[in-house]
Formats: sequence, C-alpha cells, structure tokens
Amino acid sequence: MVESIVLSGVAIGCIYALIGITYNVMFSASRVFSFTAGTLGMLGGVLGSLFIARMEMPVAVGFLLALAGGGVLGIVTEIVAVRPVLRSLDQHLYVLSTLALALMVQQFTAIEWSTEPQPFPRLFDIARGGFDQQFWLPMLACAVVIAGLDLLYRYTLTGRAFLAIAEDTYAARALGLPERGLRLASFALAGVIGALAGFAGGEMLLAFFANAPMLTFYGFVPVALGGMGNNRGALAAGLLLGLFQQAANFLVGGIFASVAVFTVFIIVLLACPEGLAGAALQRRV
Amino acid sequence: MMDTSAARLRPSRAGVHASASTIGAAVPFLTLLLVGVAFPLFGGGYWGVIATRACVYWVLVSGLNLVVGFAGQIAIGWVALLTLGAYTTSVLTAGNVTPAFPPYLALAIAAVVGAVFGLIIGLPALRLRTFYFAITTLGFATIVTQVALAWQSVTGGGVGVPGPIFPAPFASQWGFYYFCFGLAAICTWMTANVAASRFGRALTAIRDAEVAAEASGISKSALLSTVFLFSGAVAAIAGGLFAALQSYITPDAFTLDLSILFFISILIGGRGSVLGPLLGTILLTALPEFAAPLVAWSTFLYAVLLLVIVLAIPGGIAEILDFKNRRPLESDRAIIPRPDLLARLLGAPANAGALMLEHVALSFGGVHAIEDLDLEIRPGQVHGLIGPNGSGKTTTLNVISGFYAQQRGAVSLNGTALAVFNRPQRAHMRIARTFQTPRIVGSASVLQNVMIGGTIDGKGAFVESLLLLPRHRRDEAMLRDTAMLALAAVGLERLAAVRADRLQHSELRFTEIARALMLRPAFLLLDEPAAGLSAEEIGRLGALLLTIARAGTGVLLVEHHADLVFDICHHVTVLNLGKVLAAGTPAEIRSHREVVHAYLGG
Repeated sequence: MVESIVLSGVAIGCIYALIGITYNVMFSASRVFSFTAGTLGMLGGVLGSLFIARMEMPVAVGFLLALAGGGVLGIVTEIVAVRPVLRSLDQHLYVLSTLALALMVQQFTAIEWSTEPQPFPRLFDIARGGFDQQFWLPMLACAVVIAGLDLLYRYTLTGRAFLAIAEDTYAARALGLPERGLRLASFALAGVIGALAGFAGGEMLLAFFANAPMLTFYGFVPVALGGMGNNRGALAAGLLLGLFQQAANFLVGGIFASVAVFTVFIIVLLACPEGLAGAALQRRV
Repeated sequence: MMDTSAARLRPSRAGVHASASTIGAAVPFLTLLLVGVAFPLFGGGYWGVIATRACVYWVLVSGLNLVVGFAGQIAIGWVALLTLGAYTTSVLTAGNVTPAFPPYLALAIAAVVGAVFGLIIGLPALRLRTFYFAITTLGFATIVTQVALAWQSVTGGGVGVPGPIFPAPFASQWGFYYFCFGLAAICTWMTANVAASRFGRALTAIRDAEVAAEASGISKSALLSTVFLFSGAVAAIAGGLFAALQSYITPDAFTLDLSILFFISILIGGRGSVLGPLLGTILLTALPEFAAPLVAWSTFLYAVLLLVIVLAIPGGIAEILDFKNRRPLESDRAIIPRPDLLARLLGAPANAGALMLEHVALSFGGVHAIEDLDLEIRPGQVHGLIGPNGSGKTTTLNVISGFYAQQRGAVSLNGTALAVFNRPQRAHMRIARTFQTPRIVGSASVLQNVMIGGTIDGKGAFVESLLLLPRHRRDEAMLRDTAMLALAAVGLERLAAVRADRLQHSELRFTEIARALMLRPAFLLLDEPAAGLSAEEIGRLGALLLTIARAGTGVLLVEHHADLVFDICHHVTVLNLGKVLAAGTPAEIRSHREVVHAYLGG
C-alpha cells in the first residue's frame, strides 16, 4: 500500500507541479496569474484522447498536435485576455478576463467533447506493472520540463531575455528587448507545458472537462506555497501536495482528503501569504 | 450653478438637492417593484418559476454585490453558501437528523450558519492578494459540493433530500413567488441603503484607494467582516428558497456554473451599483429561456459576456445608464478656495500638543532612507520639509502615518507614542494626509469622495444603515453638510456631483485636501500638494494652507516648490540623503550655504 501511495502521490504531484510551472512561466512574462493554467492541463488530456483514441492517429503525431493545441491556447490567452488589460494591472482585470476565457474553453469542451470522463489511450504497448507508465510518464515529463527550462534560462540568449523580462519589464524594454514577442513566446511555452502535464497525466486524470477547475486549484497550490515564479519551489510543494493528498485518500477517503488539502492550504497561506519561500515587500504609497 | 454665494452651501439647500436626486434614482426600482407585484397577471406558469428563480438569485447576488461590486473582492465561489443554506434548511425541515423544524425557523438558522461561513470564506481576503483569494473561494465551492456528496447520513449523498415546503399562504406557486419577491425587495432596499451610507463609500474606498481608506481611519478588517457576515446570511437564505423552489436537492444542482452566473451578473451590472447588478441578474436568469438551444451554451455565453464587459465596458450596465455624467463640464473652471469658511469647518482648535519624531531611522536593505531624524511639528504652524528626490521626505510622511515602521526612534503625539502600522489610529488622533498621486475613488462623485474623509465621525452602526434608522440619517446629513462646506472651502463645490475621474489633476489635489479636512485635523500632512498646479493655483493653495494653520492645525508640507515653502512656512527642515541638512526659519534656510549648494542651486 505504501508503494502505491508513493507512486501515485509522486505522479500526481508532478502533474500539479507542471501546472504550477505553467502559472509561473506566464507570471514571469506578464505579472499575471491566469485561470487558463488548469484549462491547458485539461486540454492536453482531451486533445490526446481525441487525436489518438478517437481519430486513431499515431501516438507521436497525437502527442505533438496536443502540445500544439496547448501552445495555441497559450497564445490566445496572451492576445485576448492578457494584453488588453496589462496597462491597468492594479485593477486586477486579468483575473476576470482569464477566468472568462478559461470558462469558454471549458464549456466548449464539455459540450463538443463530452460531459463524462473519457478514457485516455495507453501510449506504450507494455503490460501493466507496479511502476506503470501512468506513473512514470508524469515524472518523466516533469523532469524534462524542469531540466529544459533550466537549460533554456541558463544557456540560451532567448532564455536570458525571458529572465530579463521577468526581472524588470521596463528595464528590459529600455534595453531594446522585444518585450511583446517574448511575452507571446512565454505564453506559448506555458501552453505547451500545461498541455504536456495533462497529456502525461491523461491515464490518471482521464479526458474530462471538469479537470480544468480542479487543476486550476491544485496547480496553484504549489505556486502559492512554493513562492511565485519559483519552479523548484513549485516542484517541492507539488510533490508534497500529491503525497499528502494520496495518503489522505487511502487513509480517510477521497472527499475528506480534498477537505484536508484545502484546509492545510488555507492555513499555510494565511500564516505566510507570500508562500513558504517568502518574497519582498512592495511599495504601496 | 452660476452663483457661488454662501446660500448655496446651507444645509437645507444641499438636503433638497440630495432628496430630489434620491427620488430620481428610485424610479427604476419602483418600476421593477410594480412589474414584480403585477407579474402574475401576465406571466404564465413556467415564467412564474423563472421569475421566482430570479428573485432567489437576487437575494444572494444583492449580498454578494457588496463583496464583489463594492469592496472589490473577487469571490467567485459564492455557490458554496447557497449549497450550505439549501442543505441546512432542507435537513432541518426534513428532520432526518434532528427533530423536524418549522421551515421559517430552519431558514433563520440557515442564515446564522451562512453568516458564520460567509465570514470564514471571506476572511482570507484580509491577508491574501486578489488571485489568491479568488482561488480559495473556488476551492471552497468545490469542497462544499464534495462534502454534500460524501456525508450521506445527513445530506442523502447523491440521492439528495427534499426541499422545505413553506406553509400557506406561501405554499402555492404564486404564494411562494410573492414570498421570494418580498425578500428580494427587502434585500434591494437594505443593500441600496448600505450603498448610500458611509459604509458603502468606505467599501468603494477599500476597493479603489485602499491607502486613502486606511488614512481616513477605515478599518478594512472590521468592515469587510461585517459585509461577509451579511452576505453569507442572505446567500444562505437564498439557498433555503432555492431548495424549496427545486423541491428536491442533490449536489448536482450546485454547479460552479451557478457561481459564475452570480459573479458575472454583478460585473455585467457594473461595480459600485445596486441597480446594475439587479438588472444583470434578471437578464442572465431570463436569457437562456428565450431560445431553447441556448440553454446548454448559457455558461459559455456568460463567459463571452464577461470577457466583452471586461475589455469593452468595465463600468457595465450602470455606466451605460449613467446619463448625468455624460454632460460636458465647463472647460475653463477655476478653483477659488474660500479660506473664510475654514473656521466654521475646523471649529475651535483643540490643543493637541506637538507631533514629535525623535531619532527616527529606517533603511530599505542597504539604503538608509532616513537616519536619526528629529522633527517637531507644532499646532498652528506650517512646517516645510524639503530636499532633493530620494532624500526621505515621503518616507518620513509614511512613517508618521503608519505605512512604514521605523527601525529606531519614536513618533509621538503630545507624548503618546503612535503604534507602528496602525493606520486607522492616525485618523482617530486627527492626523490627516494627502498623497503624492491623488488616491481617489474615480467612479464616485467628488462629494462622496470627500465624505469618505469623515467616515469615523459617523455614530450609527452597519445595521442602522441597513435599516435606514434615525442615527444613520443624522450621520448622512452631517457628513453631507460638512463635505459641502469642505468643498466650498477649497473651491470645488460646483463640482460636487461630478464623477471624480472626470476632474483635472489640480482639482483632484484640492479634493484630497477637502477629504483630509473632513477629519478636522490637528495635523495635516501634505505630500507635494502643489505638483502639477498652475502658478495662480499655487498662490491660492498657499493662502488656504496658511488659514488652515491659523485655525490651529499643524501642517507638514512636503514640497519641491521652493517659493511656496519660503512664502508660507514658519519653520523649514531640509533633508539630504535621509539626514537633516539644516533646520530653521525660511530666512535662515535661504542663506544656509550648504542648502544653497546642495539643493537650491547657485
């Protein structure tokens, strides 16, 4: 039992961490938290099931198309829901505009795809075993994303430009960085990461429209607890959340597990609103 | 509008003016009331259900409107309270756990439970930022439904429980309709009362100008807690009615879509309005009924509407209906203060003693913003604080008004130390301030903005405003008269009824001074009040400030206009790199070699 708790806990924790990273990548580029983060995860699962199971495409093609779909939604988020309200960031209109877009995608999926959870195809034709692909796929995806982002930020010029934007948008613009293009690219990247989370976790979460609000919430927990913009923090908090949730699931039952997660989340957040990693003071007056 | 004689300022005239506009504002509500009462005459059976549903939704939305529309808290999961109210009422009435309660008593108990949970769901708003709070309410909505599903012994799980049946005369369809309509009407009346009270204005101040609200002595935590209690109570009552309307409830009935409908009704209606969200609720409840194929797409349509509203008309229906503020303003209007009115406004000077800063130091990281600063501001004097950018002037002001905590040293008024970070305490000690960038509620009128400054002088409680009791009326009359007087004193009374975001920059500066004067301040802290003013306006500002000081108020003037400072100040302190470079009379400072060198040039 301990083994299955750990396996599923780490796997689902990786999915939460990936959604948290999706939040972070969008946040770094724009100072905006977007409600579409969870929607991207949902979309990854639904598109994967659509292309591979329903349309019977090869796994690789379906995989790439699902990621592309996430990238497109990321770009649409930036153009429709973020760019128009960036000027008045202090009014928090982005909360509403991204919420509206997330709801639109979610409802569209519910109506055009299905209101019931649909099965996600087995990607590799291997017999089910203890350390099954439904567990190691999310872990692999998470490792690849974190290593990839690290390489991108550390060793490429584009990655450094991303960091510059995240650090100080105005200064970056003054240096002549194409801030708009970089923001758009960040959102596309975030879209791909979000879709990857949903695709890799497809077998565990199924292709279900209601995964969107679920992932929006559980994916935000790592961000809030790990400190915003902090991917390693998100990973640590995501794994902790996944293990805690699965353990509670086995010990006290699914419903009260969510209550427990929620309660812990609220208490920790109230105790340190800036996350466990902490953050700087901001000037108000 | 042409005469500016004193007659215009008399309370009676202002009162008449206000009541005329109140009647104008009541017309749409009375029309809706008549339509609602007469509805059974022309509505068929199914439309009766829709109308009842709209009433039930509005009972919830009216309370949520104070949270979302007025206080600006993004609470998207309010369906949690509807669920809670529905189950509490149904379970108590059904008697499967406790002895069966009469439905009205069950509804009342649900209201109490709802109030408590409204507070619990709302409290994180006091500590968390916008998106965090939105997410926590979303989490709550999910959790409550899951608990309803799991707690089978009480809620019946997926099978559900029957809703309450209210006895005659409310048992029939139209009887129940009138019951819900009556409650909806009462909620409209109560929230409209709050909206027009000092509590409503304070909520919008928290939403749009939080630092100004705090500097005016408004306690965010106390006010928001009250509003969450009220909003939770009416939401749970709506839940009880919802259960009766459904006649049988299961967790499926309480989808997040419902929460979104409530939330979007308010935004479509417009923030800071009661009528707008009321129309929004009616519109969104009825919309899917006009075309059957739309029912499945209704949430999608709400989301599209929300996006359009946010991007195109952030003011919502209320802004579209606001014809009054589309009339052009006079283009060449001058601000002519009337310092002679100040004596009446400020009253007899209470001897407050001096405001003292002793050895105050504060650094941000490695930067010493202020170091070992001594300052004494005496009643009845204008004290100038000058220095180059970054010399610590605004930081000093922020330490005095409690936005920053000094790391060493003490700030005291008449020997009593000021507690760090306790902003509202400053207002209660009659220390008022203005801001470098005016902090104004743009969607409120100039008069309402100024009235915010007097919030702490109101005597009535929230409940008294809710029910329009005498003390509330007296508060409002007092605040309106004082605010008109303050506006006249700074020369803006002709703009009293205008939306504040239509004003010019210089007018906003004088509006802030009027708002600060509402406190009858013992000390007035001004952060660059002359920035952006014309030479003429600076002259008038100087005369106004001198008269304020003569009435007994101590004025601390942070300013870059050296002429103004040397003209009106009794005492000047020059800061450089957080340290006092020189202090003395204007004449001494003007001839101080280092000051001339470092700052004045030459």
